[in-house]
Amino acid sequence: MEKETVRRPRGRRKAYYTMKMRRAIHLLLFKRHSKPGAKGWELRRILGPDYMKVIRVLDDYLENLDLKVNMVFEEGVDKENLENPTPEQLNKARFYITLRGTLTPRETKLLGWRIDDIAALAITISHIISKDGKAPRKEVEDLLRTKLPSWRTEMNLNRFIRYGYIGEDENGQLYLDWRTRVEVDSRKLIDLLLRTEVEETAGLYNQSTSFSMETEDQEGEN
Amino acid sequence: MPSEGKKRNIGREDIRGIIELCRSVQSRGLNPFLVDVDDLVAILRKYFSEWKDSEDLCLDAEALNEIASVIKLQSEWVKRRSTSLYTDPFLLEEKVRILSKEKIAEVFLQAWHPIAELEQISIRSLEDALRYWENLLPLDERLLSEGSLRVEPGTITREELVKIGILAEEAFLEEMRSLWNELKEKAGEEGRIRYWDFIGSNTYQETVRRAYLTSFLVTYGYATMEIYPLEEEMFLKPLKEPPLGAERKTRGRKERRERLFSIPIPISYEEWMEWRRRQ
Repeated sequence: MEKETVRRPRGRRKAYYTMKMRRAIHLLLFKRHSKPGAKGWELRRILGPDYMKVIRVLDDYLENLDLKVNMVFEEGVDKENLENPTPEQLNKARFYITLRGTLTPRETKLLGWRIDDIAALAITISHIISKDGKAPRKEVEDLLRTKLPSWRTEMNLNRFIRYGYIGEDENGQLYLDWRTRVEVDSRKLIDLLLRTEVEETAGLYNQSTSFSMETEDQEGEN
Repeated sequence: MPSEGKKRNIGREDIRGIIELCRSVQSRGLNPFLVDVDDLVAILRKYFSEWKDSEDLCLDAEALNEIASVIKLQSEWVKRRSTSLYTDPFLLEEKVRILSKEKIAEVFLQAWHPIAELEQISIRSLEDALRYWENLLPLDERLLSEGSLRVEPGTITREELVKIGILAEEAFLEEMRSLWNELKEKAGEEGRIRYWDFIGSNTYQETVRRAYLTSFLVTYGYATMEIYPLEEEMFLKPLKEPPLGAERKTRGRKERRERLFSIPIPISYEEWMEWRRRQ
């Protein structure tokens, strides 16, 4: 198949990849299962054996739109081997289209996320990471309560579980679920959290405390 | 005199030990927090008055210099740990506690690349919708079966809310008991505390919540109130023994019917501000 594509005239080759890219974008963008994206084997079946090449072309194209094709391997795959994954690993990997860059706080509001919710998600994920991937729900709730009202804490955790950011096992242990693995650069998050200067944050903390007091008071008055 | 000389010799040995310890931490790359700096400084302080010779004073200064190097190492260790991939749960928790919600969210946004996806109707969801539609009764039948009635607005008690499952009895009681323990603690030996000093909190919302829970503490017999109208003073007095459980609510009320009376206590924003100013 690879040889065939090489033999195609330039115009036809371009048309070929354009057509394949369209198919790929349909598969990756439109949600067909409970989870978005598509598995490697699905892409191979529909796009052909050179699907990884199509994905790379698509990825280059999406760069202009600040999007990227994100490939997430199954859990337990040795991270050192991810540079050169085997066809088997690629088959089982899941491909998603994610934002290449980042969102501004204003944009997140438009997506329906409150600053409180985002902070809660960050705290939950970072705490679970620091506890080697599993933390008791109660412990996470206690930590969240230092920043959020109790009712919001529970609501947020249930929401994160529903969205697939975290999971909860039968022992009440929270763990990172598929969406966190796809969307969140865990290393960067921890690194940024730890590197944030305390001096700077102390000022911000005071600022935010007075701000939240105002909002709470307004709510109370309402 | 000989005892003084002996003390100095022991002191010199101790200080040499300090220098050696600090150097070994530096040279072997050990965790600098293994060294208890306070202890070492205490030893230096202990012998400092004994030193008369410049040689001893130099030894003392050297030890102090080595301790300073260890402190520097400790600082670097913290920095290194905070920038490397190692995640210390305690450190992270502290950071989370110190940082504002806005800052945490800002940091998270830099590491967050949400999925772009479009939800659309699928064959399966169409099937589900069809099944639901087929099982759905006509509107007039549904209204009949539910026997919808026009209900005038009224009041509802907490017990009724618990009964219909809107409020959780156990969680509420647990919260009340923890507040009762807090009241007992704050009341101290005097056995009572000013009402506003107990319910007052950093936020108006929390103050109202505490006042609400306190009202149940008094109603359910966990505490009593002392009111001095002339002095405009109100005190909360926790009872040492817990009430007899859930039945207490009803039985206690019956028994105490004659003594029970309601006192409306306004918890206005102005009063809370006034209390905050006094604090």
